[in-house]
Amino acid sequence: MDAPAPRLQLSGISKTYPSVVANADVDLTVLPGEIHAVLGENGAGKSTLMKIIYGVVEPDAGSIRWNGAPVEINSPARARALGIGMVFQHFSLFETLTVAENIALALDADVVRMGLDERIREVSQRYGLPLDPRRRVHSMSVGERQRVEIVRCLLQDPQLLIMDEPTSVLTPQAVLKLFETLRRLAREGCSIVYISHKLDEIRALCHTATVLRAGRVTGTCDPRKESSSSLARLMIGGELPRPQHRQARTRGDGALVVDRLSLPTDDPFGTDLVDIDLSVQGGEIVGVAGVSGNGQKELMAALSGERVLDRADAIMLNGEPVAGLDAARRRALGLAFVPEERLGRGAVPELSLADNALLTAHRQGLTRRGFIRHPAVRAYAQATIDKFKVKSPGPDAVARSLSGGNLQKFIVGREILQGPRVMIAAQPTWGVDVGASAQIRQALIDLRDEGVAVLVVSEELDELFEICDSIVVIAQGRLSSPKQTRLTNAEEIGLLMSGSFIVPVAASAASTVHDHAN
Amino acid sequence: MGWMSPLIAVAATLAVGFALFSGLGKNPFEAFHVFFVKPVETMYGFGELLLKATPLTLCAVGLAAGYRANVWNIGAEGQLTLGAICGGGVALAFHDAGGAWVLPLMIVAGALGGMAWAAIPAWLRTRFNANEILTSLMLVYVAALLLSLLVHGAWRDPEGFNFPQSKMFNDFALLPNILDETRLNVGLLLALATVAAGWLFMSKSLAGFQMRVAGLAPAAANYAGISSSRTVWAGMLIGGATAGLAGVCEVAGPIGQLLPSVSPGYGFAAIIVAFVGRLHPVGILLASLLMSLLYLGGESAQMTLALPSAVTGLFQGTLLFFLLAADVLINYRVRIVRRVVAAPIEPAAA
Repeated sequence: MDAPAPRLQLSGISKTYPSVVANADVDLTVLPGEIHAVLGENGAGKSTLMKIIYGVVEPDAGSIRWNGAPVEINSPARARALGIGMVFQHFSLFETLTVAENIALALDADVVRMGLDERIREVSQRYGLPLDPRRRVHSMSVGERQRVEIVRCLLQDPQLLIMDEPTSVLTPQAVLKLFETLRRLAREGCSIVYISHKLDEIRALCHTATVLRAGRVTGTCDPRKESSSSLARLMIGGELPRPQHRQARTRGDGALVVDRLSLPTDDPFGTDLVDIDLSVQGGEIVGVAGVSGNGQKELMAALSGERVLDRADAIMLNGEPVAGLDAARRRALGLAFVPEERLGRGAVPELSLADNALLTAHRQGLTRRGFIRHPAVRAYAQATIDKFKVKSPGPDAVARSLSGGNLQKFIVGREILQGPRVMIAAQPTWGVDVGASAQIRQALIDLRDEGVAVLVVSEELDELFEICDSIVVIAQGRLSSPKQTRLTNAEEIGLLMSGSFIVPVAASAASTVHDHAN
Repeated sequence: MGWMSPLIAVAATLAVGFALFSGLGKNPFEAFHVFFVKPVETMYGFGELLLKATPLTLCAVGLAAGYRANVWNIGAEGQLTLGAICGGGVALAFHDAGGAWVLPLMIVAGALGGMAWAAIPAWLRTRFNANEILTSLMLVYVAALLLSLLVHGAWRDPEGFNFPQSKMFNDFALLPNILDETRLNVGLLLALATVAAGWLFMSKSLAGFQMRVAGLAPAAANYAGISSSRTVWAGMLIGGATAGLAGVCEVAGPIGQLLPSVSPGYGFAAIIVAFVGRLHPVGILLASLLMSLLYLGGESAQMTLALPSAVTGLFQGTLLFFLLAADVLINYRVRIVRRVVAAPIEPAAA
């Protein structure tokens, strides 16, 4: 008998939108049990291609063969029925429902509800993705939500699993574990399409890589035989931009000091903050590493002023006690903040970029006697767009219409142009393409060089090692002592991320994370 | 497309009216004439149109400021009643020893009365997180009973043959007339000023912008440091103030005294007006003229066509129904989906 038919074979797939060609004559062949990387920058057409495979988008031209037979995939339900599962980068979960309910919704028809909780526990344990089936999604962090998406796909025994940038929210150890999971799935015969821009990961994991640029295939190769730079050349047609990172020169007077901050969470599934000490001085970038759901959300809310505390001197901003002040009054004292969620928190989806500039930047002379100076607002938005190379039709564009990366650039730019003395950024490059990420990181480094105190919370260790002067780790609502970036490595930080620094006595006293996980 | 939906709703309402009149055995063209043209054929009728539009505009502009911020004040009718009580109380207190200063004092008292009544749901919401829709609505009935208590008791006109009504206000406590042959008074100018102020606040002021953000994206408002309790307070108090003004305009205008009921439901109709007007002050002005015409047309239809008074409420309800339906159908498409049958999945291993 001949070699088995390819699991999935796309030929001549094209898709044109009114303004852009998303895919042009794309061929892609995925063999059974193969881990196949699809590599490309944001906007290269990866997402459209995946949506075509998953039946969300119909191609203008081209054909799809599944296990050798021609098929038409006209809906995600059809794709699932064929055995295609997809873990989206932007999750499709109902926030008010529990994990089990979300999973039950995606499982077709007559899956028996009884025992679903057990199956979720079993699958999630087997693949190292601990989940409580009865938790509600709204209380979960992005990292935990991704686990739900992965487990949801695995429960359907897929023959082809599409993973869209799955590792950005995992610890290095968890990434290794996920890779084991994926390799195991592949050995069992499941094909995996792995979308990423992290070249090292692709070289470590994937058997084949198809590289897309501007909607076209620019090459197919065995990534294990390529170097990161040769892959990067295929992907962006040039070298990867590296941020300039010099030793801190200026010591600004801005500073953020947190002193023994303890805060019970207001979310039944949240994490209590316990005895947090933290100091960020002007002219340095401190990174907070940690697996999502370990108190980052709560720490950010406390630092930004979205949650106001009782003890005013628990947080000192430039020497002033601010823990009792709301977000607006902390901003007036020189704090800027880029939140994790762009739409709905960092920006109002329905409003224009100009109005979204006004949202936090109104102290920059954008109002007079309580009335809005519309020309000044537009000018501020335009300046942000120009300076941070935001791709948009202009200040009147609605925030929702921008791609994630562009909106993030706008939000970061809006905050930076306010001339903050302390800058806090949570997940500044989550889901942002390589080019824009490099730009955002460079902007944070430039801020540092101007003497601003910068705090970056990220679940991407690479990012923290790239830009931070020192790194602290958050685990179970506690913060480790700072480590000089030059003197530490991913292994040490990874170990801290698992909570190794926590004194056992305290750990048994109040560990909400563990309670809920079991 | 959103601005189209009031027009679609009006057209659909007229179509239903057409069918309704035909079904009742009336000539629909004649009925439409009676309903929509006859009331405003005379100067007096035109004055009535503007007179009834005045309290509707006042209430709706204030409500819109709150609705934009997701503060759902349903109790404008009660706040209007309190405005009437407070304004009327001033008029009665200085009945015999007043002057030109009484009227401004009444207006201020009316606005404050409406605000005080609106402050109760605002406080319950910010302190106990009690739903303002329910509390403000319930307070409507408390306000009505309070007014009834007063006109049956303490404030009853001793020379009124035991009718439950107060003395007629003195001339200096009445809003001056602004158009001959009509009952139209200065209240209209007050309403127009409120429209202008409302537009300035909602479109031009930072506070108005922040209230809109609070309505659109509460998390973004919290992120930007916009206080949610201040938003609730502002939304309720603005609505209370304008509803209170509307109450004063009624008792110091066409009514001229306190009666057990001072409003044929203007405070509730204003909710429809606010939405038909797209929560925009100018739209509200136009919508309140339409709603006012429905009131007049309903009266005219009762007299000329012997239709029941319920026809006014029926038109109001139909209009709101079609408006909401048009909003939904403009944003969402109805699709009939058949259930996809799952094909058996072949074993994965080759």
